[in-house]
Amino acid sequence: MSKNEWPLWEIFIRGQHGLNHRHVGSLHAPDAEMAICNARDVYTRRNEGVSIWVVRSNDITASSPSEKGPLFEPANSKVYRHPTFFDIPEEVGHM
Amino acid sequence: MGAAIEAVDRAAYADWLQRVGDNALILGHRVSEWCGHGPALEEDIALSNVALDLIGQCQLWLGLAAEVEGKGRSADDLAFLRDAGAFRNVLLVERPNGDFAQTLMRQFLFDAFHIELLRALGKSTDLRVAEIAAKAEKEVAYHLERSADLVIRLGDGSAESHARMEKALKSLWAYTGEMFLDDATDQALAEAGIAPLPSSLKSAWDETVTAVLAEATLAHPGQSWQHKGGKQGIHSEHLGFLLAEMQFLQRAYPGASW
Repeated sequence: MSKNEWPLWEIFIRGQHGLNHRHVGSLHAPDAEMAICNARDVYTRRNEGVSIWVVRSNDITASSPSEKGPLFEPANSKVYRHPTFFDIPEEVGHM
Repeated sequence: MGAAIEAVDRAAYADWLQRVGDNALILGHRVSEWCGHGPALEEDIALSNVALDLIGQCQLWLGLAAEVEGKGRSADDLAFLRDAGAFRNVLLVERPNGDFAQTLMRQFLFDAFHIELLRALGKSTDLRVAEIAAKAEKEVAYHLERSADLVIRLGDGSAESHARMEKALKSLWAYTGEMFLDDATDQALAEAGIAPLPSSLKSAWDETVTAVLAEATLAHPGQSWQHKGGKQGIHSEHLGFLLAEMQFLQRAYPGASW
């Protein structure tokens, strides 16, 4: 088993029609079809989903934690990007 | 549904329901023996799901069997308090798990039969039978998809997995014929329109099995001598050991519940 480990797959499940697929976890499987079967058995036992996506973990390109500063910090000082500067008329109520 | 019951001998009907229920119970128990021992976490969970589906189905079938029998027994009584000679499952489902190949091949050969039986039972003249079959059919369609997928992947896999699947197929093949044998009970149920004749399911089964084995690059064993007897209560020695484990608690502590 350790010599020939199945590849890892990331599993995305859509809970209800209209909602986005959400990452729920990962599992091992020999190929995409079996990954869907395994995902059905591991992640939808309690009626959680209406649709399953699987993708090889290797095929995901992730941002690197060491680049966190340059990637995300510049946005901190740009408060004007948040729509918090509008006066909302009282008649509109809670938004 | 009252008419369907009147149209058939009560004892024959109860007997037939036990055949369907016992197939699910015994295979469900066999598969549950893998729980905690699967070759991978994912397989372990998948096998346990299949076992749970089958045991859930057996509850419904044996519940109806007890009702039709009308002797005040429950599904639990039938499952846990009958001896081997009173079980009506086919010999295939009591075959030991062996290795993963043997377990999967047994599952596939049975699933391919099970789905045809349940599809036909969906048209039963007894509504209760049709309703149980409709629920079970969805579960079994998935069992078949999964077991067929794995038979293909392991048959057409490495030299080692191919050899193991080939060996499993050879050792189990002689237990497949019994699923399609008709006897007096089957005739009575078919005449009442409650169930199909087992022999009428053979050609669809052949088609599925031939196609999957070809894709799995496994040699079709063809015609050969076949075991029989399980449906009449004549079982292999393996069933006794299975029941000893499955029934231990109720036998040692009668009426225990939680």
